[in-house]
Amino acid sequence: MKTRSNAPIFWALFGAGGMLSALTGPVLVFITGIAVPLGFLLAPEVMSYPRMLAFAQHLLGKLLILAVIVLYLWHAAHRIFKSLHDVGIHPGPASKLACYGTALASSALAIYTVLAIGW
Amino acid sequence: MSDMQTDARKPYVRPMEGWWRKNPFFVRYMARELTALVVAAYAFVLLAGLWCLASGESAYNAWLGVLRHPVSVALHAMALVAAVYHTWSWFEIMPKTMPPIVVGGKRVAARVITATGVVAAIVVTLVLFLAVWSIKP
Repeated sequence: MKTRSNAPIFWALFGAGGMLSALTGPVLVFITGIAVPLGFLLAPEVMSYPRMLAFAQHLLGKLLILAVIVLYLWHAAHRIFKSLHDVGIHPGPASKLACYGTALASSALAIYTVLAIGW
Repeated sequence: MSDMQTDARKPYVRPMEGWWRKNPFFVRYMARELTALVVAAYAFVLLAGLWCLASGESAYNAWLGVLRHPVSVALHAMALVAAVYHTWSWFEIMPKTMPPIVVGGKRVAARVITATGVVAAIVVTLVLFLAVWSIKP
């Protein structure tokens, strides 16, 4: 029996993460990395501990946090894995493990952490 | 490969170094692929924040303090440029990466697909920003 390729799974995660980061990447980087830290256009209290804790304790908040972190990472992992070829590191088990393994381990950590935050 | 080498002479291997710099198309290609490093880095920043949030208030405030550091703000400003380039390039290549859409017997033009994606990104950006902006302290 012919084994089915697992490539469509990685491609789907790459596509979903690419689309999500294309739509939300610029505004999220601006909000969390520039506007809130500087107090520019947005108040620093927007990301205060009680507010972010309440967000992360809500089911919808957990899902949004996981969607961003997990899908961004799988998008990046797949793209980096494919691009290593262009700098002379040809696809192999080691580079695959490094890219997808990092994404997998980080995803597991993210899932564990949103659950550890509680409800 | 070396065991297939029957000739004792050192084989010529075309160097790969900087191949993409010779053609503007490949420079744009490499820039597009490099945005993945920025996407990954930003995801790790958020993951660190999530971990600090779970660890307690002082850890979380320490993470916020790192974000307020001028070096962090400067890096995020560069990341913003890369993120915008990722958005643009993602929708620029979308006509090639998605199956063709046929409307009324005619294939939807590449620039229509790209423009739709860019408009969608602008709408999402405004909606998300206004949603956060409308939060009252």
